[in-house]
Amino acid sequence: MILVVLPSHLKTLAHVSGDVQLEVQGGATVRSVLDALEARFPVLRGTIRDQVTLERRPFLRFFACEEDLSLASPDAPLPDAVASGKEPFFIIGAIAGG
Amino acid sequence: MSGVRVLVGTRKGAFVLTADGKRECWEVNGPHFAGWELYHVKGSPADPNRLYASQSTGWFGQLIQRSNDGGKSWEPVGNKFVYDGIPGTHKWYDGTPHPWEFKRVWHLEPSLTDPDTVYAGVEDAALFRSTDGAQTWEEVSGLRNHGTGPSWQPGAGGMCLHTIILDPSHPDRMYIAISAAGAFRTDDGGKIWKPINRGLHSQYIPDPDAEVGHCVHHVAMHRSRPEVLFMQKHWDVMRSDNAGDLWREVSGNLPTDFGFAIDVHAHEPETIYVVPIKSDSEHFPPDGKLRVFRSKTGGNEWEALAKGLPQHDCYVNVLRDAMAVDTLDSCGVYFGTTGGQVYASPDAGENWVPIVRDLPAVLSVEVQTLA
Repeated sequence: MILVVLPSHLKTLAHVSGDVQLEVQGGATVRSVLDALEARFPVLRGTIRDQVTLERRPFLRFFACEEDLSLASPDAPLPDAVASGKEPFFIIGAIAGG
Repeated sequence: MSGVRVLVGTRKGAFVLTADGKRECWEVNGPHFAGWELYHVKGSPADPNRLYASQSTGWFGQLIQRSNDGGKSWEPVGNKFVYDGIPGTHKWYDGTPHPWEFKRVWHLEPSLTDPDTVYAGVEDAALFRSTDGAQTWEEVSGLRNHGTGPSWQPGAGGMCLHTIILDPSHPDRMYIAISAAGAFRTDDGGKIWKPINRGLHSQYIPDPDAEVGHCVHHVAMHRSRPEVLFMQKHWDVMRSDNAGDLWREVSGNLPTDFGFAIDVHAHEPETIYVVPIKSDSEHFPPDGKLRVFRSKTGGNEWEALAKGLPQHDCYVNVLRDAMAVDTLDSCGVYFGTTGGQVYASPDAGENWVPIVRDLPAVLSVEVQTLA
């Protein structure tokens, strides 16, 4: 079970109030987590990564275990603590704009 | 009893304003999609309860929302906008080639006859169509593949397709406008497009009379005379009497002919409205006075309409999609400002009152006249 923390706007879109718990097929990677997230909440398609290129949207970043995973390969294994559900996977919007 | 529903898109959400036919007492409902930019909200002429809204932010991209109950409830629908084929390049601000990249939907234009058919004008400039209630979108690629496409360049607000006009008497005819490529027309449902910019003169481009490259801000049409078009260009208010084949300037005695919004009276096809803005470097009304200008002669002769509008220290802007009219017997005129006010005139512009004063910056205003 993976624990995902969404930014507030995406929680509103997905109609969830707290963190999201996801079952992920195969190994836990950024790609597999986002695949599972979008499968459960289709409304989030296109809001975190481009629907065609699957590239992360520029004003979003991924963090876990105090590490910035945004620039790592989307197929790199996530830390064990994330894969086991002890630590959450954070999707964070840039503090920018007005 | 008749009434009106005003659909307002703002920098931080959408609002639905409703009143009966007297248009004196207003109910304000919103914000819908709080915190998101709502570039445009528009209702289907074929089913007034069917609304479409363009919801976006720089963080989370584009969503399209649909309502089947006049804006009481909404559901997200399709937001996958993929250019047809290899997108190619257009010109960037510095003239170098730049790949076509989808950024957002500026304008949604529902079909005049089918609530499930809707067009989307997007940045980078392209036209998309949905025939399933906005669940899926397909590019009307004949427009972007017009031979001039690689030479299109963005205006200051981006390279946006912001105006879509459907011809009520000619189902295959459609007009669109792009900043800063110009206006285009199709007569065959979108397969072939023709630039319709002859007569436009833009001193800020290398060839002031070029076939494309003009910064058209908005175009308006009266449904009883669809071959007559009125245009607010970056500078200049223009008119065409032959479906855009040739334009002539009708700025006349306006205090400045820069502006964004333009619209036509619901019952008088020669009565048009603009909101003059001082200049492209000072996006506010001249002399701090917010005035709508009306011409009852299809242009050239303009009168200021200021009763009820701030006449000192007013430095707001009125954006291109932020003016609309209702079709009640006494035509109502509405516009929204970047200061968050939405003004209404129930008597064709003679008197104005603010429906609301303190919304986020208004991006768009559309009006539905309800039976």
